[in-house]
Amino acid sequence: MNKNLSHKEIMAIKRVNMREQDAQERSRNFKEVNLGLDKEQAIREAQRCLQCKSQPCVDGCPVRVRIPEFIEALGEGDLPEAAHILLADNTLPAVCGRVCPQESQCEARCVRGAKSGPVAIGYLERFVADWAMEHPDELRIGKKPQASGKSVAVVGSGPAGLTMAGELAHMGHNVTIFEALHETGGVLRYGIPEFRLPKRIVDLEVTRMKSLGVTIECNVIVGKTVTLEELSEEFDAVFIGNGAGLPIMLDLDGENLKGVYSANEYLTRVNLMGAWRDDLPTPIIHGRQVAVIGGGNTAMDAVRTARRIGAERAIILYRRSEAEMPARIEEIKHAKEEGIEFIFLAAPLEILGDDQGWVTGLRCQKMELGEPDASGRRRPVPIPETTFELEVDVVINAIGTRANPLLTATAPNLNLSPKGNIETDKTGETNLPGVFAGGDIVRGGATVILAMGDGKNVASAIDAYLKKGV
Amino acid sequence: MFEILQNDTLAPNVHRLVIRAPRIAKARKSGQFVIVHPEQGGERIPLTIADADPQAGTITLFIQAVGPSTLQIVGTPVGDSLQDIAGPLGKETEIEQWGRVACVGGGVGTAVLYPLAKALADAGNEVTTIIGGRAKQFIILADELAEFSREVLPATEDGSLGTQGFVTNVLQDLIDDPENRPQAIFAVGPVPMMRAVCELSRPYGIKTIVSLNPIMIDGTGMCGGCRVKIGEETKFACVDGPEFDGHQVDFALLMDRLTMYREQEAKLIGELPPELQKKLIKVKK
Repeated sequence: MNKNLSHKEIMAIKRVNMREQDAQERSRNFKEVNLGLDKEQAIREAQRCLQCKSQPCVDGCPVRVRIPEFIEALGEGDLPEAAHILLADNTLPAVCGRVCPQESQCEARCVRGAKSGPVAIGYLERFVADWAMEHPDELRIGKKPQASGKSVAVVGSGPAGLTMAGELAHMGHNVTIFEALHETGGVLRYGIPEFRLPKRIVDLEVTRMKSLGVTIECNVIVGKTVTLEELSEEFDAVFIGNGAGLPIMLDLDGENLKGVYSANEYLTRVNLMGAWRDDLPTPIIHGRQVAVIGGGNTAMDAVRTARRIGAERAIILYRRSEAEMPARIEEIKHAKEEGIEFIFLAAPLEILGDDQGWVTGLRCQKMELGEPDASGRRRPVPIPETTFELEVDVVINAIGTRANPLLTATAPNLNLSPKGNIETDKTGETNLPGVFAGGDIVRGGATVILAMGDGKNVASAIDAYLKKGV
Repeated sequence: MFEILQNDTLAPNVHRLVIRAPRIAKARKSGQFVIVHPEQGGERIPLTIADADPQAGTITLFIQAVGPSTLQIVGTPVGDSLQDIAGPLGKETEIEQWGRVACVGGGVGTAVLYPLAKALADAGNEVTTIIGGRAKQFIILADELAEFSREVLPATEDGSLGTQGFVTNVLQDLIDDPENRPQAIFAVGPVPMMRAVCELSRPYGIKTIVSLNPIMIDGTGMCGGCRVKIGEETKFACVDGPEFDGHQVDFALLMDRLTMYREQEAKLIGELPPELQKKLIKVKK
């Protein structure tokens, strides 16, 4: 607890509000929505932390950032110390500060939550991480780890792979990341839009990774360019973090009409290929009336992107109700402010088209909630004779992704689940010695932070494996 | 970076590039393709690997300039590099002992056909090659194909080389001759040509394999933009193909989906300097 403030004073501080770009204005540009805290705001917010002994927030964090410690340093204005603690625990804090669902993790456990709102841990993380990026000279230089002489191949440069690489590099291992696309970052690059996670941030995180001695080779598709077996021969251990890159199709009539996209394709065209920019050649259909099917963060990213590239009407179609939506609360709030329309309890039946093969509409079915299903959420069931049509010219499928079989198809001895995900033990090791896996390729479509948690936890297992001297 | 070691012009706007890409050269199998991303901010262009030399660490690509990105690729001089090449992607050709095989190529598709025909001949098939183009100067690789083909039969629309007409005219004659009727057909070229070949062979029940090149981005199954309908199933050409049973392919859908960005493509070509525009239009039908 801050030594200069009384308990009463601390309790009187109100939770900070994040400054945002005006909703009307931002719904037409790709600049970041959240503008960040200034130093005074950040220190004031940090002083709200009660420094609980039991540290429930840390239990809520998949990478177990020492939250009270970095916040205490920040509250005292000691930014180098705050950055030192944060960077030691989290390889990608500027990313997490922007895209983590804090409301269901660290902040959900904050004891201040019940009365006056939890400490804005996410905002503070972002503030400290951004400060660290802007003040590299003021950072404490950690002791260079002793080289272990061991080498590790990391497949994929997304959140799991980058975290893994950072952790292993700190342990003194020699790391090479293999990335299939021409740019690093995985879903941070092709999936999450500029207005939520500026690519400058991803660039800086990757640059920091390289400064730790990590080698990154792009354009290498493991399973095609090289096989897992070849990597196992060349490296002392392999970590597979190649994600769940395959879109699950809707399997509806009209899905192959022009103007129907998977969210993966739509977002990749915009984020990776820059289709939103006039000066770049990759095209995209600028729909005037766009329907996005799904209720997760990817659906929010797609619909807000559609709005930004000119949609007059941008709709989320979700088969359950708002309460069941998996998207972060902040994304839903921002989407609403930006004029996104939400149609809940409705499922698509058929995509309608004209005789030229272009999308003209979406025939939908109204739903109601029935008994809970395997996920624990109430199952949507159709209400008979309640179909309706939406007039749209672009339809984006954001119902989810599954494991990409390119790597596993050429690794016949690797144990997979019936859905094609890689099976691992608790430490992240697969049935093949020295081959580990984590992130969405193990979990199925999950979140950035869970993938990072895997990267961090499995790194310890790899370190232990390498130290066994195999 | 991927250095260009050789860049020859084979026909108007059709180039053969030999590129240093050791990993791809080593892993590549017949029928597979790469994605070329010539520079930061450029498009990702799928191109079939025509040949690979694992010892030299090189791959050979044939490219027809049809727009700004492909113009840029063919315009890259020897010694310069293309920023990114990813691959090899897609499935390898299933080479079987068919007996008599007709290999049908149109335009730059002939280049894709070349390694396929060679692999078929190496496996002991008797290969007859039919290659088509608008006129003599668009017929490529006739000599190279002749090295392992029983016969190379050109067809040109203006009659300046071989049969006057289309590849399907030549193929029809071959099918009509009981001594020469092929037991399998491999066709690579413009979509209307592949469709015409499949329509021709369908009533005879001759297995016909085509290589599809729909619009794609990543080439790894991630975007699903390259979906094609094969029978009743939707497949991704990048991971399930690019070669498919031609009699199962929904060509109308394929042709339609290829027009998805026609407006944007025309706009990009319109923004090119006049001399480059002329270069593209001159060879256009």
